[in-house]
Amino acid sequence: MKSNTLRGQVAIAGIGESNYYRHGKSPDSEFKIALQAILAACDDAGIPPAQIDGFASFSDDRNDASRLAAALGIRQLRSATMQWGGGGGGCCAAVANGAAAILAGMAECVVVFRSLAQGQFGRFGRTTGINTISGEKAYLMPYGVLAPPQRFAMRVRRFMHEHGVRQEAMRAIAMASYHHAQANPRAVMHGKPLDEQRYDQSRWVVEPFHLYDCCMENDGAAAIILVSQERARDFKSKPVYVLGAAAGSGFRAGADPHNSPDYASANFGTLAPNLFRMAGVQPQDVGVVQSYENFTGGVLMTLVEHGLVEAQDINQFFTLDNLIAPSGKLPLNTSGGNLAECYVHGMELVVEAVRQVRGTSSSQADKSDIALVAGGPMVTPASNLLLGSEDVL
Amino acid sequence: MKVANNYYLPAGLPTPVSEPDGLSEPFWSGLKMGRLRIQHCSHCHTWQFGPEWLCHHCHRFDPEWEEVEPKGKIYSWERVWHPSHDALKDHGPYIAVLVELPHAGNVRVVGNLLGDPMQEVIIGADVVGIFEHHVDAESAYTLLQWQYEAD
Repeated sequence: MKSNTLRGQVAIAGIGESNYYRHGKSPDSEFKIALQAILAACDDAGIPPAQIDGFASFSDDRNDASRLAAALGIRQLRSATMQWGGGGGGCCAAVANGAAAILAGMAECVVVFRSLAQGQFGRFGRTTGINTISGEKAYLMPYGVLAPPQRFAMRVRRFMHEHGVRQEAMRAIAMASYHHAQANPRAVMHGKPLDEQRYDQSRWVVEPFHLYDCCMENDGAAAIILVSQERARDFKSKPVYVLGAAAGSGFRAGADPHNSPDYASANFGTLAPNLFRMAGVQPQDVGVVQSYENFTGGVLMTLVEHGLVEAQDINQFFTLDNLIAPSGKLPLNTSGGNLAECYVHGMELVVEAVRQVRGTSSSQADKSDIALVAGGPMVTPASNLLLGSEDVL
Repeated sequence: MKVANNYYLPAGLPTPVSEPDGLSEPFWSGLKMGRLRIQHCSHCHTWQFGPEWLCHHCHRFDPEWEEVEPKGKIYSWERVWHPSHDALKDHGPYIAVLVELPHAGNVRVVGNLLGDPMQEVIIGADVVGIFEHHVDAESAYTLLQWQYEAD
């Protein structure tokens, strides 16, 4: 049987972002910043926007593909895919879905995007205004388990319990993001460094999460443009290839409330082997990692499940020095990510992975020909992505 | 049946109700009667929670609801400080626990750990369920809370 794979078949020709803002501070509408990001990605690639024939997004993005196609004057819309699931679980799957559409001959030029101006639509962290609740949330909300930090803290606590993880490991993740944000003028937390004392003295949101363990809420949009590998060299920038992608979760990961058998996990247990198999590389080949931080604890699980660190080594491995570019053992979230660049549900992490492979990051890793992105720890479906340079193929 | 004398959290949080299709109705009506009911497939004896129309193991529809003793072990926990709802403003920290029910296939339920919100929470400790009846709510309901088993 023919072996099906995305490896080397699809390239990322362009990347783009809107300006990134603090929550509620975008002067422009969510739809407008989506257009800004898409046009910036077209410009980066040197592709006329009318050549776009597909859109892929995730997390129930409100900016409808047909409206985008109409607004951009696209001649022919051929592919419009939405990955199920909330948060950043779909940030890599959306890339995979767009790439699959190209590989299957369903489209030629797909934009993968996420636009999120939460200030215009309400906060994730607030639940006021609901009188009755049913389904999964009914087992949680009456007990004060309402917002995402409260919904994920018990998973992380269990993981810490099982592996003897100390708070300092999570602190190192937060500090690495803030460290990288200081070199990134796009980052919302640019000019706002974080040190150990500031982290330790910050308020608890919910134990074991300090304020700095939790992602920001922002206004921002990001986009990438996918084309087939035959066209990869036609564009302005160094081509970056999809090496592999995976999405989903393991056995009964969706058993709510909090009944997933593999509870203390990020849900990459089944995905990581599929990803590395498709990409034809090993965990030790990965030079730089963008790992979605809804909460820092999820990053610990993610790196363990991708074979990048052993669970029993977490406390020794997760230090600031090991996690920062250019020469840490494993440069992590090199743009600042959800904690310190902009919370675009991980689309900003995909864009940063492209920059790393190109060699144009504001915190460039020494070894960056293979870059890992992991989206949505602890949610289902989760997804992940490996990108690589032409030399890797 | 142990019954709470007051409410652990302030009034005003969302009221739990069954879905329009009635999937969880036996659970919520059971709590109102002071009974913890969990789905237990009569065909293959698989325990299942939250409820579903199908047994995930043998694919028989409509797994039966079985009353189980409200006791378990703390599987995980969190102490919440940030108020994510107006009803919790100025309330201060509170503890949510994830309780495993070893006598019901190790399914887990979420509740609050009654007592001092700053008390030590011990994963693996035995806890017993306390029925917290909200009879004065617009639509009466009952929560299942937890406290350490008395030595």
